[in-house]
Amino acid sequence: MKKLLLLGDEAIARAALDAGLSGMYAYPGTPSTEIMEYIQTSEDAAIRNVHRIWSANEKTAMEAALGMSYAGKRAMVAMKHVGLNVAADGFINSAMTGVNGGLIVVSADDPSMHSSQNEQDSRFYGKFASVPCFEPSNQQEAYEMIFDAFETSEKYKLPVLFRITTRLAHSRASVTLKDAIPEKKLSLPVDPLQFVLLPAIARKKYKTLLSSYESLKYDIRLSKYNFFKDGKNRELGIIVCGIAYNYLIENIGEANKDIPILKIAAYPFPHDLIRDLTSRCKEILVLEEGAPLVEESLRGILDDGIKVFGRLDGTVPRDGELNPSIVAHALGFPVEYGKEVPQLVKMRPPSFCKGCGHADMFNSLIEAIRPYGPGHVFSDIGCYTLAALPPYSAINSCVDMGASITMAIGAADAGLNPSVAVIGDSTFTHSGMTGLLDAVVKNSPVTVIISDNSTTGMTGGQKSQATGRLELICTGIGVDPAHLRVITPLRKNHEENMRVIAAEMEYKGVSVIIASRECIQTATKRKKE
Amino acid sequence: MHKLKSENMKSDIIISGVGGQGILSIAATIGLAAVANNLYLKQAEVHGMSQRGGDVQSHLRLSDQPVASDLIPFGKADLILSVEPMESLRYLPWLSKSGWLVTNSNPFVNIPDYPDINDILEEIKKIRNNIIIDADSIAKDSGSSRSGNIVILGAASPFIDMSLKSLEDAIRKLFGRKGEEIVDANLKAFKAGLEFSKQII
Repeated sequence: MKKLLLLGDEAIARAALDAGLSGMYAYPGTPSTEIMEYIQTSEDAAIRNVHRIWSANEKTAMEAALGMSYAGKRAMVAMKHVGLNVAADGFINSAMTGVNGGLIVVSADDPSMHSSQNEQDSRFYGKFASVPCFEPSNQQEAYEMIFDAFETSEKYKLPVLFRITTRLAHSRASVTLKDAIPEKKLSLPVDPLQFVLLPAIARKKYKTLLSSYESLKYDIRLSKYNFFKDGKNRELGIIVCGIAYNYLIENIGEANKDIPILKIAAYPFPHDLIRDLTSRCKEILVLEEGAPLVEESLRGILDDGIKVFGRLDGTVPRDGELNPSIVAHALGFPVEYGKEVPQLVKMRPPSFCKGCGHADMFNSLIEAIRPYGPGHVFSDIGCYTLAALPPYSAINSCVDMGASITMAIGAADAGLNPSVAVIGDSTFTHSGMTGLLDAVVKNSPVTVIISDNSTTGMTGGQKSQATGRLELICTGIGVDPAHLRVITPLRKNHEENMRVIAAEMEYKGVSVIIASRECIQTATKRKKE
Repeated sequence: MHKLKSENMKSDIIISGVGGQGILSIAATIGLAAVANNLYLKQAEVHGMSQRGGDVQSHLRLSDQPVASDLIPFGKADLILSVEPMESLRYLPWLSKSGWLVTNSNPFVNIPDYPDINDILEEIKKIRNNIIIDADSIAKDSGSSRSGNIVILGAASPFIDMSLKSLEDAIRKLFGRKGEEIVDANLKAFKAGLEFSKQII
């Protein structure tokens, strides 16, 4: 049997390839990026010509994957948790249409917000859409679950949500591979109206969806991952979800026969498993990575049943990622910390790379905008968000992909002058273009700076859809060519760039300044190759 | 030289440094050696935002028994292996009382309030089992100024539950595609680090 040392992300990608994947769709986002990257560098994927090109955003990725499923082939789409917000329309409605070829939607959550703006728990989306959701606890389980997820998807004709968290995504372990399955052949849906969600059709389909969701609770492919292991202890039982299981076993040992444990790794789960546990124990501890989803449903509103410990009563911290020491504490075990961190140790936040074009652009912007005082710059998601930190302290917002342009429009509507948006090239083609169209249509007095490093930088330099197309896109949307300026953010151009930015901020209409210089990281990498 | 092996064959290692300093290639070397030794392994890495010059660490766990948690519990690390001196101190809450701290002495200064290096070295010397090594100079002497991380791996190798040969084989495998010259320089760097530690322990 072949064994590979794989990140959780890579185990998922490898499994999908081995399970007959025909199309992988994604937009880069930590901690999900390595799923697509594995497939892009896989020889098997190249030989089979599995689709493996980045999409413009998570919504286009989701819909393209649904299209491949329509055509009868197995498809997977991967994104970070907040990407699922972008893809939510397609995702929720794919539960209504159902699928033809198996469809897996991987959402990689980031509890503790290592590289994200929130720590939303994607499991809620599974329930919201009424689709099965798998939550592996380790790399091997992730690998095996993908096979079951595809089969579940095809059996119930539903997309499957595959929820992982940062720690699994970016942790490496040995994975034993299974025999590969061939890809599916092109085949259209039997019902030509399956994907037509006209209200009259949708109403019927919704009833089917609701009944499928009920029967999923007892499906073998889900329930084999939800198991109850009885123990001698009649005081405390534990419900443990996903990766929290590893931290529990770290503390009590694999061989533990004392504590009754209910492990949940697939949703919806049968409620009688919960009753098996609660009929034996006086108290329940719930350990789950992310939000207290299971805990809240156990407690209900009245919370007058069996005593429950978890995130809601402070036994486990209400927010943030779990770790073995937090779980030890929740179990009442002693935690022996090493020495404290000496006070002289300073924070070392991430910063612009030496020679980064964003930094030169910001230096010019800061000087150009100084006469107007603080509070005029809306920014976005990417490396350039680092300009929020000293010594730059140059931006006033970072909310969601594309929000820089649209927030600048709203602030300009309110009378803020100048109103400036700073957005990266990849973020612009992800979700900035529609906002720019709004601005053009009503001629908003906004200055949009597209800081173009010709890559998706923060996630490690993936191909940007914008490269070589920015000017065409902007003029196509209707930006006045007289106010579409292209500058090169270099120190030697500082004075000139500052004057361009200052002049465009004075213009009472839509200006776009494309500050274009290749990312120093990708440029260095390219020169080495 | 005596090998400081624990009873049940377990090494819990925190590798630390600054984004871009190559801690993942240290982790990859140990990982390759672990696989060759049929050990169980889990290795949690940092990808994403912090890689832009922020503090980064990797939790690396090796054992002859299955490893449950991807993260090392507080107070349980056998070794902190650091490419940067201030960063070695950031992970002290994880270091066990009998654990070793092996660090580069050369600071990576990319923040305005970086402390006095002498104060940092004083703090490191307060740890009972410490090795401070000028990996940059030793790497240069070995013919590859970029292999400072492998010098530190060599210096830390007595505290990792694996044979020297398996670590050297892993270096050959990892750097093999870069050519014989790079492989030799890294093996030389590894041995120089090891010799340095031998004189201390």
